[in-house]
Amino acid sequence: MVHLIDRRLQGKNKSAINRERFMRRYKGQIKEAVARAVKGRSITDIENGEKISIPVKDINEPVFGHAHGGIWENVHPGNKEYAKGDQIERPQGGRGGAGKGKAGNSEETGEDDFAFELSREEFLNVFFDDLELPNLVKTQLTAVPEFKNQRAGYNVSGTPSNIHVLRSLRGALGRRIAVGGTPRKRLKEAEDELLVLLQETGEDDPRVIELRLEIHHLRARILAIPFIDPFDLRYSNRIKVPKPASQAVMFCIMDVSGSMDESRKDMAKRFFILLYLFLTRAYEKIEVVFIRHHTSATEVDEQDFFHSRESGGTVVSSALHLLKKIIQERYPSNDWNAYVAQASDGDNWDSDSTTCHDLLVNSIMPLVQYYAYIEITDGPPQNLWEEYAQIPAAHPNFAMQKIESPADIYPVFRELFKKQLK
Amino acid sequence: MKTLPALPEPDNPHRLPEQSEWTFELIEQAHEEVRRVAQKFGLDTYPNQLEIISAEQMMDAYASVGMPVSYHHWSFGKHFMATEKSYKRGQMGLAYEIVINSSPCIAYLMEENSLMMQTLVIAHAAYGHNSFFKGNYLFRTWTDAEAIVDYMVFARKYIGQCEQRYGIEEVELLLDSCHALQHYGVDRYKRPAKLSLEKEYARQKEREQYLQSQVNDLWRTLPRREEEAHEEASHRFPEEPQENLLYFIEKYAPLLEPWQREIVRIVRKISQYFYPQRQTQVMNEGWATFWHYTILNQLYEEGIVGNGFMMEFLQSHTNVVYQPPVTSPYYNGINPYALGFAMMRDIRRICEEPTAEDRAWFPDIAGSDWLKTLDFAMRNFKDESFIAQFLSPKLIRDFHFFSVLDDDRNDNLHVSAIHDDSGYQHVREQLAAQYNLGNREPNIQVWSVNTHGDRTLTLRHTQFQRRPLNQNTEEVLKHVARLWSFDVHMETVNSEGTVLHTMECKAEKRRHAKK
Repeated sequence: MVHLIDRRLQGKNKSAINRERFMRRYKGQIKEAVARAVKGRSITDIENGEKISIPVKDINEPVFGHAHGGIWENVHPGNKEYAKGDQIERPQGGRGGAGKGKAGNSEETGEDDFAFELSREEFLNVFFDDLELPNLVKTQLTAVPEFKNQRAGYNVSGTPSNIHVLRSLRGALGRRIAVGGTPRKRLKEAEDELLVLLQETGEDDPRVIELRLEIHHLRARILAIPFIDPFDLRYSNRIKVPKPASQAVMFCIMDVSGSMDESRKDMAKRFFILLYLFLTRAYEKIEVVFIRHHTSATEVDEQDFFHSRESGGTVVSSALHLLKKIIQERYPSNDWNAYVAQASDGDNWDSDSTTCHDLLVNSIMPLVQYYAYIEITDGPPQNLWEEYAQIPAAHPNFAMQKIESPADIYPVFRELFKKQLK
Repeated sequence: MKTLPALPEPDNPHRLPEQSEWTFELIEQAHEEVRRVAQKFGLDTYPNQLEIISAEQMMDAYASVGMPVSYHHWSFGKHFMATEKSYKRGQMGLAYEIVINSSPCIAYLMEENSLMMQTLVIAHAAYGHNSFFKGNYLFRTWTDAEAIVDYMVFARKYIGQCEQRYGIEEVELLLDSCHALQHYGVDRYKRPAKLSLEKEYARQKEREQYLQSQVNDLWRTLPRREEEAHEEASHRFPEEPQENLLYFIEKYAPLLEPWQREIVRIVRKISQYFYPQRQTQVMNEGWATFWHYTILNQLYEEGIVGNGFMMEFLQSHTNVVYQPPVTSPYYNGINPYALGFAMMRDIRRICEEPTAEDRAWFPDIAGSDWLKTLDFAMRNFKDESFIAQFLSPKLIRDFHFFSVLDDDRNDNLHVSAIHDDSGYQHVREQLAAQYNLGNREPNIQVWSVNTHGDRTLTLRHTQFQRRPLNQNTEEVLKHVARLWSFDVHMETVNSEGTVLHTMECKAEKRRHAKK
């Protein structure tokens, strides 16, 4: 008698907790590896997981053992050429050579780093660890779920206005056929029989009388089947489906004046992609709008945004005007969470910076969840910075940081999007 | 080597269908046939429990040393991730089977296996390993198959409670340290009491109090009268060197709290449970492989399984028992399956068709009843003595074994013996010694404790063949110091007992003052 047990459905993911403990223990190293990955490779690849390796020395569980040295005598299989007394040159460093077998518990064999894959999910978790979408809480609290009505087949009860005529009549027809089937069949038989009988005998025949009576009854019965019955009624069924309010639009505004060289654009790009990744975690649907500007602003696609060569002087307010227009026309605030990231080297026409300030404070800040300004420059702050610096006091959802080198992107991003104290 | 009969197979009504998909009915049918044949050969087993599991569950089981339940620890996660990585990349097949020395004996069948593989695993694990667990003297002496699963459940619960009470990190650090010493948590010579959950429960409380009172007594801090103290100072502690480091710590570490002693004990008990497995790898795998091979061949002869089944079987069997030669890039030491299987088959051959050489080398067993002889060999040996007793010149020749002496005082390696008349004895002794855990692992024992001064613990490493300790040593000493809570020294002595050098490890300041 054997016990055969199917365990497949139970205990899945039993190791999850151990895996999680492992990750927690090596959080430091994992975070470093993730940060390295962000710096070291094209940022669009971040969508994928990441191979993490941790030096074996950090992760080894040490135990007492022998090292090489002293006297070892080991037996190996597969001798082809040696005879007793032969001398063999000692293999240098390598393993597996005669004389230094694994069986000897020698711990000196070289080991590769302990490498494992973080899934995309795990990678992003580390990546965004302790970051939180600014004002996300607010949106979620205020997001009294919006419902949309959706058809969901038919129901047997409902309000008269929802009666579905076709379905109801189809049901009635079916019912009439079903209920009337037997008497109608019998009626036909009775009528045929009566016809035959009448040719042979007269009206007085008891059988004829009987038949006539039956036919009368049957007709009455068929007529009594209601044309439509409450039972037949079908109502259109409409249900309320919560409408995901979680949609966001992300504006990327970039200064493409002559001073924004390739490396600065690249830094801006990394920042934007970081923002995009960040938003994808909170929102089901994200639209991205690219606005580039020099003296005038245009909405472009991503390709143009980063690669178009057109360039000129700088009027930042042109981009803000366009931003405002696009939000008002296409992204009404009650449906969309708008995020803006503006990257610039901060060089602007003097008189324009005040215009920017006014535009932001008066029209744009009320429309957006968060506005992040990054100034990509290694020099002193420019006049735009000075103007913007006055905004955060009144608008906590405005943030600004300086990026000097690619190494700053991630820290600055974290700074901008760090968990806010509530 | 016996060749398979190429005759048309007899029409057997119990024949298993030629299909690779398994069903529960087919597994039961296959099991029934295997059981019947195994019984015919006299294999005595614990009751069997076969469990179908998924690949992921197999990796789980693999990571927690095959235990169906275990406490949580990051290192199991590490093993899981390592296994998962190589498995997903196709770098390794999973173990086909895991079997647990318990009663009932639990054997895992992976759902991905074909019907042939399931039959093979049943023969290998549920009858091979199982009968080994039940029969071999080491397992009989050291483990209680009835109790282990319950004990693991107890351990998991207890450690879980400790985590809740004292924090995951605190427990994790303690477990790290215990794991570092787990190979030194066994009694090698003394037979311990078998595991029994009820007794463990019953005595747990009692033990806590008792142990603590022992410790308190040892570390009495009240001032003593001069002469009394003087008298005791000359009194060594421990009186004899202690090989079981974890036991010593559990018993005498000055500052461990009762729950910490209990966890030390848990790791020690589990380590003790696995100790026989570490000493009987070649025999255990050899025995199980021999029996799956023998049983499946028997099924083939009876016509229970067909040609296709047998071809598939032989392919996996051959892979399992392949021994790459030392010159191969895949060489990674001796394959215990290959050596064990070859030796079991060889013993049968010596019994059934002995040559003059066999009669000279094995006068007692040449021509004897092979079943009885094999059974005797399985019951009464461990790898070391098994090889010393049964490795025949023929196998030494078949494997082309040779022995290489590596003395760091010489410039070259030296071939000390090969597979010829003058070498057989030497090769056999060397190979046997290679499986002696006592030689493989450094001999480290508790040497002394400064009971009246700074409480320093001194360990003593007695060198074997002048072999130095590995680079981990310092790290392990830190773990010892964490458990001991005071400084730890390690003396390395040569075979004459002269101290060659000493390592010191200062105890970390306790992170938490006592509450």
